[in-house]
Amino acid sequence: MTDFLQLLISGLATGAIYGLAALGFTLLWQASGTINFAQGEFVMLPAFVMLGFMALGAPLWLGFVLAAGVSVLVLGWAFKRGVVDPLFKYGMMPIVVATIGLAITLSNGIRAGYSAEAHPFPNPFGDHVFNIAGVTITSGGVGTLLTALALVFATQAFMTRTVTGRAMQAVAQNAESATVLGINVPRMIFYAFAINALLACAAALLVTPTYLAKFDMGEGLGTKAFFAAIIGGFNNSRGALLGGLIVGVAENLAAAYVSPAYKDAVALMIFMVVILFKPQGLLGKKEERKV
Amino acid sequence: MKRISIIVALIAALGLLIAPQFLKSYGVYLLTYWLIFVIAIMGLNLTVGYAGQKSLGHAAFFGIGAYTAAILMKAGVSFWFSLPVAALICFGVGLILGFPALRVQTIYLAFATLGFNTAVWLVMRNEEWLTGGTFGINNIPRPELLGWSLENNRYYFYFTLAVTLLLAWLQWRLLRSPWGKAFMALRDNPIRAESLGVHIRNYTLLSFAIGAAYAGVAGVLFASLVQFIEPAPFTVGASIMMYLMVVVGGPGYFLGPVVGAAVGVLLPEWLRFAQAWYLFVFGAAVVLMMIWLPDGLLSIPDRIRARRQARAASAARARAAAAQGGQA
Repeated sequence: MTDFLQLLISGLATGAIYGLAALGFTLLWQASGTINFAQGEFVMLPAFVMLGFMALGAPLWLGFVLAAGVSVLVLGWAFKRGVVDPLFKYGMMPIVVATIGLAITLSNGIRAGYSAEAHPFPNPFGDHVFNIAGVTITSGGVGTLLTALALVFATQAFMTRTVTGRAMQAVAQNAESATVLGINVPRMIFYAFAINALLACAAALLVTPTYLAKFDMGEGLGTKAFFAAIIGGFNNSRGALLGGLIVGVAENLAAAYVSPAYKDAVALMIFMVVILFKPQGLLGKKEERKV
Repeated sequence: MKRISIIVALIAALGLLIAPQFLKSYGVYLLTYWLIFVIAIMGLNLTVGYAGQKSLGHAAFFGIGAYTAAILMKAGVSFWFSLPVAALICFGVGLILGFPALRVQTIYLAFATLGFNTAVWLVMRNEEWLTGGTFGINNIPRPELLGWSLENNRYYFYFTLAVTLLLAWLQWRLLRSPWGKAFMALRDNPIRAESLGVHIRNYTLLSFAIGAAYAGVAGVLFASLVQFIEPAPFTVGASIMMYLMVVVGGPGYFLGPVVGAAVGVLLPEWLRFAQAWYLFVFGAAVVLMMIWLPDGLLSIPDRIRARRQARAASAARARAAAAQGGQA
């Protein structure tokens, strides 16, 4: 039982990070119909930017703030203006391929320009170990889970409670009528990209202490975030968190109780079952087909 | 396809016939590798470019073809029997994978096929009794044709070229047939296609199955070319690269796979001069290519034609306006 709790808690911590990356996906999808195949690399890059600032002597929190700024500028603004805007009117295929190209560029740019090795990264929550009723909990794990939860709910609250957030939802539902209502559509879409960049930066801060900063860390992370987003519902932000937690926990339990070799297959099986019986995801809405 | 494209294709085919005489062994190997990808991408182009189904699991079929052939040939079965068996198995699996495609559309379909690819890859990696796991299967033989051994790289290249041309001809006929028209109707607007009497279910399944069979044949040729297979070339990453080749070449263009496979297979080789940076340059090139030509490289002629027509139209307008001005 204690083993089970242990696995559950560490699974929730990893799952929360998957959820964060998945949340970025759903935001971009809702705001602009963009599927970002470089989402994992969008987490990898801020990790290295933070490492860079820290190498220059900045403390972790300052490194994070600066990296967040760089992320919004590069992964938010430049990505939207440079890649998504010119391709938007050509439908999904060119954007998908352009983001695949971007993923190759980012990860191999880091490998060639900086280093192919894995770099250690400090845990912002320290690594104290607590022992509660036989279950070992690290401060890093708890901090990761709580921060990720707080970020997802903050994003959710922003989307539903603020005027800007509601305007963003209106744009996601129908850009034309949003324009008629006087909403600045391009600006709302940019906000979605900026929030995606910030969430990726936060995910980098939370995930890198366990995964280490490595040029190809985005690959696995991106795939898991995809699965998480689909399981939860591609057009629902809370679904992304739910999907992330399910994937994280299931993976951890399967590795311990079934077989580590098929660890990746468990997330996949949940995903296949969900997609067969509820293609729009657990919390997603059905999308209308257009004639 | 216009007459000029046929002429270009014939010249290119002629060039391919003599090219091996001027290339070293590695060059011939690389050209064969490229042709094999042309076959695989032709299949994916049918599914993605013509029938409009978003498939991200094509490398799984490529792998199923390669492993089927390798396992059969290791068991002493002839290449000539393994080839159709592999194609049939892929056709069948493609049909089965087509079923989720009927339930899920667009991106959801892309992810379902991606999941299928991961599952196939996990089986290849973990079921050692069948696939050799990460050690793979080695010493896969090359076929014999009428008593001639195709062991030599050049002979194998000509054999692959012949298969490529045969499959290209088959696809050409298929696309000209009512089936091909139905695929395109399905891509352009599924609901409208249905109202015109196209049976959505059958054609979706067929587009998957035929595309998969092409990948299966490519996989068999691949196994015999490299003579050693392991799970690495059949990952999700490989599927994503194949999708990239379709879109970069030009989805829905008959010769798109020829160009796309060249970008995916030959361009990275050619970029080797950039050393550690070559994949970085490749990725950047793909992003720029997409931004410049979102419909793929083969849309260049269409683009030029559209621009010329626009210029001619505006000149005609200007003349008409001048004539009217003269009258008044």
